[in-house]
Order: sequence, then structure tokens, then C-alpha cells
Amino acid sequence: MLVLYYIISNTRYNQLYKDVVIKMIQMFNVSKTYEGDVLVKALDDISLHIKKGEFVFIVGPSGAGKSTLMRLMIREEVPSKGQIMVEGRSLPRLRQREIPHYRRKIGTVFQDFKLLMDRTIFENVAFTLEAIETSRSEIKARVPSVLELVGLKDKMSCYPHQLSGGQQQRVCIARAIVNDPLLIIADEPTGNLDPETSREIMNILLAINKRGTTIVTATHDKEMVDLMKKRVIALSSGRIVRDEERGGY
Amino acid sequence: MNLSSIQYSLRDALRSFRRNKFMSIASMATVAISLLILGSAWLLVLNANFLATKMESELEVNVYLLKEVTREQALNMKPEFEKITGVAEVIFVSKEDGLKLLEDRMDGEGKIQEAMADANPLPDRYRLKADNADLVPQIAKDVELIQGVESVRYGQGMVEKLLSFTHWLRTAGLVVIFAVGLAAVFLIATTIRLTVFSRRREIGIMKLVGATNGYIRRPFFLEGMLIGLTGALIAVGCLHLFYSQLVKNISLTVNFLPVLTDMNILLNIYKNLLLMGTFLGAVGSAISLRRFLKV
Repeated sequence: MLVLYYIISNTRYNQLYKDVVIKMIQMFNVSKTYEGDVLVKALDDISLHIKKGEFVFIVGPSGAGKSTLMRLMIREEVPSKGQIMVEGRSLPRLRQREIPHYRRKIGTVFQDFKLLMDRTIFENVAFTLEAIETSRSEIKARVPSVLELVGLKDKMSCYPHQLSGGQQQRVCIARAIVNDPLLIIADEPTGNLDPETSREIMNILLAINKRGTTIVTATHDKEMVDLMKKRVIALSSGRIVRDEERGGY
Repeated sequence: MNLSSIQYSLRDALRSFRRNKFMSIASMATVAISLLILGSAWLLVLNANFLATKMESELEVNVYLLKEVTREQALNMKPEFEKITGVAEVIFVSKEDGLKLLEDRMDGEGKIQEAMADANPLPDRYRLKADNADLVPQIAKDVELIQGVESVRYGQGMVEKLLSFTHWLRTAGLVVIFAVGLAAVFLIATTIRLTVFSRRREIGIMKLVGATNGYIRRPFFLEGMLIGLTGALIAVGCLHLFYSQLVKNISLTVNFLPVLTDMNILLNIYKNLLLMGTFLGAVGSAISLRRFLKV
């Protein structure tokens, strides 16, 4: 029995399978150039691998290519050169009608929260589920529980302007995780928040990460990165200049 | 697509309808006006055609006899008319009967008869009914050759005039409808574009969280169709009100004028107008939605 297990776990197929499943994001020699009056090289020959369940910070000065990297990951854009795989699927090769279904598997968090100001907190979170055509009864069941997770259950019928910045960001996180994504992509999630609140938000992201969700965060926040001791990928002028486990800013 | 998601689309459509109230009402009014014109022209053409067929079926040749022809001679002429090919019926109308008919038509309460009892200016005449409207001109020609006939009348050109009027009306109507319909479509397109603009944030978020293009487009389509349908309903309401009023007035005043009152035909027109309004709305939305949602 033990021998049989040994054989199976060492077959080439299994090795390959493991590789595909464990790797959440794989980038191979990705470049992105924007063509305008002048050619702008936003990303230059980036190769990186992010495993399932990792928590990764992408740091670097403005214009280093952090946002471009995020846009490539959510398939808002395709690379000019190179290949991106998420869960073993090639993003550039996704067909137009497959894109929505891909995006349902990832949650996105933004610096500016992107909440709908004329809708309550409940409606803002429900909006995501409605957009992917979830039934009313399921929405009623899922939204309160996810708001409880971010500590906003009692604010369900408030409007965004009645909440603090940190609370608004928590709504944004609730919206990102309500569909149980495999991957959360956060673009400067603490960019607009004070240090105290930033730590609060990071703790929530950490808690979500502990449940197995992969988290990729682009940030400027030096203190936060130094404090968290997670993997740090530093970009500069579109290139990876540093990639360390348990790194600092 | 499930029931809930259709409910969401419908709710969103109504929400934007309310939010862009002014534009929505303006485009609705344009749809209503264009369909009202279309409906009126349609009814007019149908009625003119109805009248033309009625006139054709009642087409007859009036043969006026010379004054010198005595009553006896006149009565003896009947077989000669009956001999003509295509004549189905021959009716003699004496000048006294003619005066009475005139009296009835003018509603003169016997005054005309009184005034003209001694000097009736009308000649005796024959009314010839034809088998077929096409034969009427030939019959008229043949009758003219018969001795004792002063003149022949059969409403020359009347039917042709009516038919050419219908034709003209149809063309003019089509041009006007096309112009106003186009205006309606573009107004709807503008309204939808405004709604899209005012909801661009929502659309952006929807795309990010993985809404399909179909789901994102649906409420806008519904909104356009709703505008079209409401406009059409207003048009049908007005048209029915006007038309039934018109029919009532005609039957009270000029009751010899035949008008269409067949409810089935009317309902068919109304149904088509409603369909057309919805279609205009859908086309307007499609124009606006064609270019966006490419990401």
C-alpha cells in the first residue's frame, strides 16, 4: 500500500498536476508597453510565481508598474509579450465571454473603495452577487454573514457617507470576499487611511488569507510592509528588483 | 438567467427611468407623437380605401334623358338599356322621384317640392348598375349613342382621384413617419446613453466582479423598450379616443360617409403600434449599447 502511494505521488503527471494547482499566479517574461505619442514600457520582462495561499506585497515608487501588474491579473489588459497563468489558465487566451467567469473567482479591493454612494452597505455588497445573478434568497443569507466577518453587521442599512474611511474599506473587502474568491487583488487598500485603521484593514486581510485565500496587495505603506513580514516583490521602472520571503519595504 | 436576475434588471430599468425622468418623458412623447401620426395616417388610408371599394361597388351610370322625351317614350327605352353588355340592373327615376330624393338629401322639409311643384327643372333619368366597375366607361359610351339621351354621368375620375389620394397619403405618411420615427429612435438612444453615463461607476464595478455583458446590457434594453411601449400606449390611447369621437361625429352629421368601425381591424392596428413602439425602443437602446462594454 505504501509502495503504491509512493509510486503514484512520484509520477510525472502528478508532479505536473501539483505544479499547476499549487501555483496561483505564474508570469513568464511579461512585458507591457503602452503605445501613445511615445512608447511607455510599463512592465519589462517580469517573471514571478505566486503560490496558493500566499500573501504578497508588491511595492515600488509611483510609475514602477504596480497598477499595470494588477490590471493584467484581473484581465483588464493583456501583456504585450509573455504569458500569465492564473490557476493554470492562460489569461491572454481567455475568450471575451469567459472573462466575466474568470473575474468571479477573484475579489478586488481599491484605494478609493468604489462604493455606490446612493446604496446602503447591504445593497453595495448585494450588488456584486446580483451582478453575477445570484438568487435573492442566497443574497439575503450571504451578505449579513460576510458583513459580520468584517465587523459591520450593525451598519447594514447605513449609507457609505455615514461610515469612516476604514469602515468603507471594510465594506469594499466584504464585497470582494462575498463570492468566496480564490484570489484577492488589492490596489493600495490602505492608501487613504491612517496607520491605526490601516493595521485594522491588514488584520482583516490577514484573517482572510488564513482561510486559504491568496492575497496580492500593491502598496506604498512602508510601515505596514515592515510590520507584516510577508513576501515582498519590489518593482522599479517595470522590473523586479527584489523578491524576498518575509521581506521589508 | 434566472427569475431573480430578471427582477434585478427590471428594477434597475425602472430606477434609471425615474432618475432620468425628463429625458425619458421627452423620448416617450416623441415615440407617442410619431406613432400617433403613423396611426392616424394608417386609419385615414384604410378609410379611404374602404370608401373607394364602397364607391366602386356602388358605381352606377346615370342617364339623363332629353326634356322632349315624353314619359311614355322614356318608359319604352328601358329594354334598350338592358340590352347593353355589362348592365346588371336598370332603374327608372322619374323627375318627381328625383325631386323627392333631392328634398331628402337637402333635408328641405318639403319646401323645395312646394316651391318647384309646377316647374320641376329635373329631367327623367335612368340608373344603370354595372356588373363590374371596369365596364362602366364602356357602358357610358354605348348609352350615349341611344336616341333621346341628353347626357351620361358616372362620376368620371372620382374613384381614380380617391385612389390616387390614398396613394399620395400613403407616401407622405411614410415619409413623415420615417422622419419622426428616426427622431424617436435617436432620442431614445440619447436617453439610454445618458443613463449609461450616469451609471458608469456601477457598470465599472459590475464588470470587475464578473457580470456578463448580457446582464449589464439588459436593464438598458428594458428601459428603452419601456420608453417605447409607454409612448405607444399613449399614442394608442389618444388615437382610440380621437377616432371614436370622429366616428361618432361623422355618424351624427355626414352619415352617408362610410367609416371603418370594425373593432378587429382597429385592434390589429393598435397591437402593431404597440409592437412598433417597443421595437423603436429596442433599436434606440441597441444604438447606444453597440459601442460600449468592450472591456
